[in-house]
Amino acid sequence: MKKRVFLSATALVAMSLPSLSALAQSNTFKIGLILPMTGQQASTGRQVEAGVRLYMAQNGGTVAGKKIELIVKDDTSLPDVTKRLAQELVVNDKVNVLAGFGITPSALATAPIATQSKTPEVVMAAATSSITEASPYIVRTSFTLPQVSVALADWAPKNGITKVVTLVSDYGPGIDAEKYFKERLTFNGGRVIDSLRVPLRNPDFAPFLQKVRDENPDALFVFVPSGAGAAVMKQFLERGMGKAGIRLIATGDVTDDDQLNDMGNGALGVVTSHHYSAAHPSAMNKKFVAAFGAANKGMRPNFMAVGGYDGMHVIYEALKKTKGQGGGDALLAAMKGQIFESPRGPIYIDAQTRDIVQNVYLRKVEKVDGQLYNVEFDVIKDVKDPGKSKK
Amino acid sequence: MITILFDGIAYGMLLFVLAVGLAVTLGLMNFINLAHGAFAMAGGYITVLLMQRLGVPFLWCLLLAFVLVGLLGALLERTLYRPMYSKPQLDQVLFSIGLAFMAVAGVDYFMGSSQQNVQLPEWLSGRTEIGHGAWMLGMGHYRLFIIVLCAALTVVLQLLLSRTRFGSRLRAAVDDPRVAAGLGINVNVVFLLTFAVGSGLAGLGGALGAEILGLDPTFPLKYMIYFLIVVSVGGTSSITGPLMAALLLGIADVAGKYFIPTLGAFIVYTLMILILMWRPEGLFTRKGGK
Repeated sequence: MKKRVFLSATALVAMSLPSLSALAQSNTFKIGLILPMTGQQASTGRQVEAGVRLYMAQNGGTVAGKKIELIVKDDTSLPDVTKRLAQELVVNDKVNVLAGFGITPSALATAPIATQSKTPEVVMAAATSSITEASPYIVRTSFTLPQVSVALADWAPKNGITKVVTLVSDYGPGIDAEKYFKERLTFNGGRVIDSLRVPLRNPDFAPFLQKVRDENPDALFVFVPSGAGAAVMKQFLERGMGKAGIRLIATGDVTDDDQLNDMGNGALGVVTSHHYSAAHPSAMNKKFVAAFGAANKGMRPNFMAVGGYDGMHVIYEALKKTKGQGGGDALLAAMKGQIFESPRGPIYIDAQTRDIVQNVYLRKVEKVDGQLYNVEFDVIKDVKDPGKSKK
Repeated sequence: MITILFDGIAYGMLLFVLAVGLAVTLGLMNFINLAHGAFAMAGGYITVLLMQRLGVPFLWCLLLAFVLVGLLGALLERTLYRPMYSKPQLDQVLFSIGLAFMAVAGVDYFMGSSQQNVQLPEWLSGRTEIGHGAWMLGMGHYRLFIIVLCAALTVVLQLLLSRTRFGSRLRAAVDDPRVAAGLGINVNVVFLLTFAVGSGLAGLGGALGAEILGLDPTFPLKYMIYFLIVVSVGGTSSITGPLMAALLLGIADVAGKYFIPTLGAFIVYTLMILILMWRPEGLFTRKGGK
C-alpha cells in the first residue's frame, strides 16, 4: 500500500518535471554558437566568441523578458562535426538560433538542419558567396569575398594597375575572389594575365611567387585565408618583387588585424580592400576596440570579432521586435532588412538575399603609434554581394 | 629558371636536415619513429619563444634548438623509447604516432593553434641577383644560408659515421647488439647518443624551416609524409641516399609548382610512386647492405 502511494507520488513528480522545465525553457532564449575553437582556424573562433561575449556584456543578458543562454561548441573546422553539433543543439538543447560557422563547408553542412527545423542560422564568419542560397533560414553578418574583391578591381585600374596576376588559395572563397576580381578588372579595362591557385595548406609560396615575378605584372592580387597572409607577404619581399616594380594588392584577410603587428615593417604600404579595420575612424569603433581590448587582455579585434558582434546585434534586435514570442520564422522575418551602425560603419541585412550590404574600404598598411594598422583611405558605399546582384 | 633550381635545392636541403634523424633511427637502429616531426616542431617553437619573448639572436636560437631538442630526445629515449626497441614494429608505429598526436595537442593547448612568425635578422633577409632574363639567378640570402649550413652538416655527419670510432661502434651495435656488447661497446649509450643527435638535427631543421615551411601545431603530421618519402626513396643505409632523395623531392616540388601550378603537390607523390615501383628498396640502397 505504502509502496503504491510512493510510486504514484514519484509518477506525479516525474510528470510535473517536464512541464516545469518547459516553463523554464520558455523564459530562456538559447543561442547555439558553433565555432572552430581548436585547430587551424582557432583564431577565428576566438575572435568571434570574444565579439559575441562583448556584445552580451554591453547589452545585458535579458532581452524582451527572456534570459539569453549561449551554448558554445567547438567543431574544429570539420563540417561533419559541425553538422552533428548543430543537430544536437537543435534536438537536445532546443536552441532558438544557430550561429557562428568559421568556414564555408561548416556553414553549408548546417544549412539542411536550419531548413528542416526552421531555425535561423546566423553566419558570422564564413564568406563564400553561395552560402546564403543554401537555406532560406541563413542570415549573414560577416562579408562575402566577391564583395571585397570587386572593390579592389575597381580601384586598381584608376591607380595605374592594369596587368595583374591573381594568386588564391584553392577552395571556395579563393575561387570566388579570383572569379569576381577577374570579371570586374576585365570590365574596367584591365587584364588578368595568369591565375594561380595554391593548395590550402602550402606555406611555401616560393615557386608561385617566382612565376609571378617572371611574368612581371603591374600587381599581384592575393587572397589566402588569414594566417597564411604573413608568409605570402614575407616571401613577396624576400623575392624582391616590390623592387622589381610589382605591387601587392589583396583582400583584407592577408593583413588580418589579428596578426598584422607580427608581420613586421615589410607589410607597410600594402593596399587591401575589406569591410573592417580596427583603425576605422568612427566613435563607435573606437569604443568597440577599447572595450574589446579591455575584455581580452589587449587583443585587437579583427573582422571576425565584428562579424560575431553584429551577429548578436541582429539576434537581439529580432528578439526585441518579436517581443520574445514566435518561433524561427518570426525571428527570421525580424532579422531581414535590419539597418544599423556597426563598428565597421553602416550596414544592413538585405531582405531578399539575407546577405549583408556594407561599405568596402580601401586601406593601406601604415604605422600608427608604433603599431601596424590598416588605415582606410577610400570607401565604396553600400556594396551588395555581386554574386547575387547578377541574378 | 636557375632561380627555381636554387629554391628547390634550398627546400631539399631543409627537408634533408629534417629527415636525416629519421633515416638514422630507422636505418641504423631499426626503429620506426613517426614522432620525428614532433622534435622538429619543438625546435621551431623553441626558436620562436626565445626570439619573441627573450630577444635571443637568431643564430643562438638555432644552436639552442639543436641542443635543447637533443636533450629532450635523450630524455625520451631513456624513458620511453628504449623499452620499445624490442617490441614488434607495429607497436613501435602505434607508440610513436600516439606520441606525435600528444605533441600536437600539447602545443595547441599551450601555444595556441595559429601560425607562428619568425622575424629574420636583417642580414639574412636580403636577396642577390646575378644575370638577367631567363638565366637570372636570384638568391634569397636566407635560402643561401640554409644551403651552406646544411651542406656543412652533411659532410660532418658523413665523416662522423664513416671515419670515427663512434661511427664504427654505432654500425657494430646495429648489426648485432649482443656481440657488440660482448666486445665492450656500451650499446645503450651509443643508441642514446645517436637518438639525441638525430632529434637535435630535427630540432635544428624545425628552427630553420619555421620561416619557409610555416609553424603551427599540425607540423608533425603535415610533414611526416615528406620525411617518409625522403627516407623510403633514399633508402636508409647511408647519408647520401636521403640527401639525394631530399634534393630530388625539393627540386621536383618547387619546379612542379612553378611549371604546372594546377597540379601543385601532386607531382611529388607521382614521382615517389614511380620510383618505388622501379626500385622498391629505395634509389640509393647498396645491394647486399642491411
